[in-house]
Amino acid sequence: MTLEIIGISVLWTFLFGYILVGAIDFGAGFFNAYSLLTGRQRVLTNVIQRYLSPVWEVTNVFLVFFFVGIIGFFPKTAFYYGTTLLIPVSIGIILIAIRGSYYAFETYGTRGHKGYSFMYGLAGILIPASLSIVLTISEGGFVTMVDGNPVLDYWLLFTSRLTWAVVFLSISATLYISAVFLTWYANKARDVEATNLLRKYALIWALPTIITAGGIIVELRQHNPLHYSNIQMFWPMFLISFLMFVGTVWLLWKRRKYGLAFSLLAGQFVFAFFGYGASHYPYLLYPYLTIYDSFTNPAMAISLIIAFILGLGLLIPSLVLLMRLFLFDKDYVRGKGDYHA
Amino acid sequence: MGNEEAVFFSRVLTELTLSFHIIYATIGVGVPLMIMIAQWVGIKKNDEHYILLARRWARGFIITVAVGVVTGTAIGLQLSLLWPNFMELAGNVIALPLFMETFAFFFEAIFLGIYLYTWDRFENQKKHFLLLIPVAVGASFSAVFITIVNAFMNAPRGFDIVNGELVNINPLLAMFNPAMPTKVAHVVVTAYMTAAFVLAAIAAFRLLKGSNHEYHKKALYLTMKVGLVFAIAAAIIGDFSGKYLAEYQPEKLAAAEWHFETEGNAPLIMYGVLKDGEVKYAIKIPYALSFLAHSSFTEEVIGLDQFPPDEVPPLYIHYLFDIMVTIGVWMTVLSAVYWFGMKRRWAMVRARWFRWLIVLGGPLSVVAIEAGWWLAEVGRQPWILRHIMRTQEAATTSAHVDSMLILFSLLYLVLGVGSIVVLRRMFRNNPVEREIEDREMEKGGDVL
Repeated sequence: MTLEIIGISVLWTFLFGYILVGAIDFGAGFFNAYSLLTGRQRVLTNVIQRYLSPVWEVTNVFLVFFFVGIIGFFPKTAFYYGTTLLIPVSIGIILIAIRGSYYAFETYGTRGHKGYSFMYGLAGILIPASLSIVLTISEGGFVTMVDGNPVLDYWLLFTSRLTWAVVFLSISATLYISAVFLTWYANKARDVEATNLLRKYALIWALPTIITAGGIIVELRQHNPLHYSNIQMFWPMFLISFLMFVGTVWLLWKRRKYGLAFSLLAGQFVFAFFGYGASHYPYLLYPYLTIYDSFTNPAMAISLIIAFILGLGLLIPSLVLLMRLFLFDKDYVRGKGDYHA
Repeated sequence: MGNEEAVFFSRVLTELTLSFHIIYATIGVGVPLMIMIAQWVGIKKNDEHYILLARRWARGFIITVAVGVVTGTAIGLQLSLLWPNFMELAGNVIALPLFMETFAFFFEAIFLGIYLYTWDRFENQKKHFLLLIPVAVGASFSAVFITIVNAFMNAPRGFDIVNGELVNINPLLAMFNPAMPTKVAHVVVTAYMTAAFVLAAIAAFRLLKGSNHEYHKKALYLTMKVGLVFAIAAAIIGDFSGKYLAEYQPEKLAAAEWHFETEGNAPLIMYGVLKDGEVKYAIKIPYALSFLAHSSFTEEVIGLDQFPPDEVPPLYIHYLFDIMVTIGVWMTVLSAVYWFGMKRRWAMVRARWFRWLIVLGGPLSVVAIEAGWWLAEVGRQPWILRHIMRTQEAATTSAHVDSMLILFSLLYLVLGVGSIVVLRRMFRNNPVEREIEDREMEKGGDVL
């Protein structure tokens, strides 16, 4: 395995981590706002707040980790993506800022302010949309080189079917992931009403997620034939992913083993995400940038990998502690005692 | 929009984001240490007041952390969005400390979450105290690593450029560059100092506004004492920074000091204005600049005459230097008088006017932080990487920086106002007297 592959695998894993924990967070904000609108706030807010409070900052770090890491391992991405992504990523930053700050403001300042909750819910659902533009651009066709500098064609981007398919997938997958996780969490909290409501949301969002995911592969056949043919090489991964999807839905339908349902869901996205990533190889930005011509020098690559291993030595035990204290602690999950500062 | 404009707006947007971020970041680095000290004193003295102090600081701290995290994310991404050419080049050499900064941040985020949501959960307060150590360490180390990146921009090394290609890259040599020790030490120590004086200002303000509770007096004494220690440390490291500049970045020192001609026995210029190349109304302290630069009263200090005009930083940085140093000295004197006065039981340090001075000291310290950063950053112009890459070569070619500037200005306005409103409401609605009563009632309930 070359250093380039190790580098991109590490980053892809962290991006996956962000998508998973981020989706839970963003979707939860949306359900919270939606339940306010439909007068069912009482049912959901407690479950959602109890899970999210201690972890929202950690969620954000996954994103920071990814973008700092990609500049570290692949400095040329700063040139190509930095120049072209000014608008979409700036909008993403602003939405993240609204969410992150209002989260703290709402929890400690003005609990239950409706305007804040809506901003919070809306921002959450728009963040995946604004950031997923990067995935569309990476397929090529939207960036041209003018005088040696990359320029993004916004008109082409916004009129492309691929763009909207990816945006729609990001929104629906966010809501699906979040609903499945929260169903499990609410069930652990022995909150029957919340469990039933969230289970319903999970089932509602399952179908659009799988349909758009399939649709994108078809769309790629026209847009980037090379990527399309690569995807077919990885068909077993997508098949496993699909079977896991079926398993999740079946368990939810039968109201059984929500924990297993969530594990299957995580597996489904692992296989789809890594299958997609592997078939994108070796391009970071088709056709200008591959992982080989953008890779950093060997000295930096090795020191980054050492730093990464040492860092994980600190992080993994800490994350386990965090999960044991909040995610897997019965008393905490069931809301016995209010321990926060 | 031409490239000239893109460079201008990129500079303004970066300055805006950083100026806003460092207010929250400085508090974010300093306050965990203060919480840790308060909690430690509380456990040692078995004094509920200090524990409550730690708890109330922690609660306010969350709001500042939230804004610090999101603006930090903004500047992290803006580095690549606004300065893609710089990041492409520097990423090859300086990615290691950037990467380590995210680890420190990650570490802090995890334990902050645990710390904030486990109050009263452990029987033993010491266990809860232990959670604070990684928070404070993580916070300080993010400052250390990110300042290393900035130090590299002032004194880039750890690589060679051969025919426009970067070769012989040594990430550790790049990290431990000559600017690093003084910069890192100064940033960390002034963050502790500022956080202490900001918290002192709050305690003094509560005492002035009618509350005469023991709690606020303890808070004031503790914070002023800690503030004094770090103010003295900041002054000493400031002196080292001057010596560093004289050795490695003489144009920054010369511009900050309006030292135009290379000469020995150089006087230090305080205050004054610059009119048509003439310095007026200034206080000249003979030999002081030679001493600041070389620890010798007579040694030669390089002046601006040694540099081509297009490599001289803007001369207004002298005013920033004045502001920073004056506030630093003032706060050192103020906290020393307070500490000495408390020991000697002078009535003066308990007087209203003196407490108002302490209240003023909080915002003043923040002003000094801003002035210091502007001095350090503008003093590096015209370079983004000293003697390697000029600022205009580094900026984006994108045509939309001006509209992003408007968007982010609005965001910071909302965040700034929002955080102040929430913090005020949080402590107004729950004054310490009521919280102490509530806690005593809870305890009573436990006994029954």
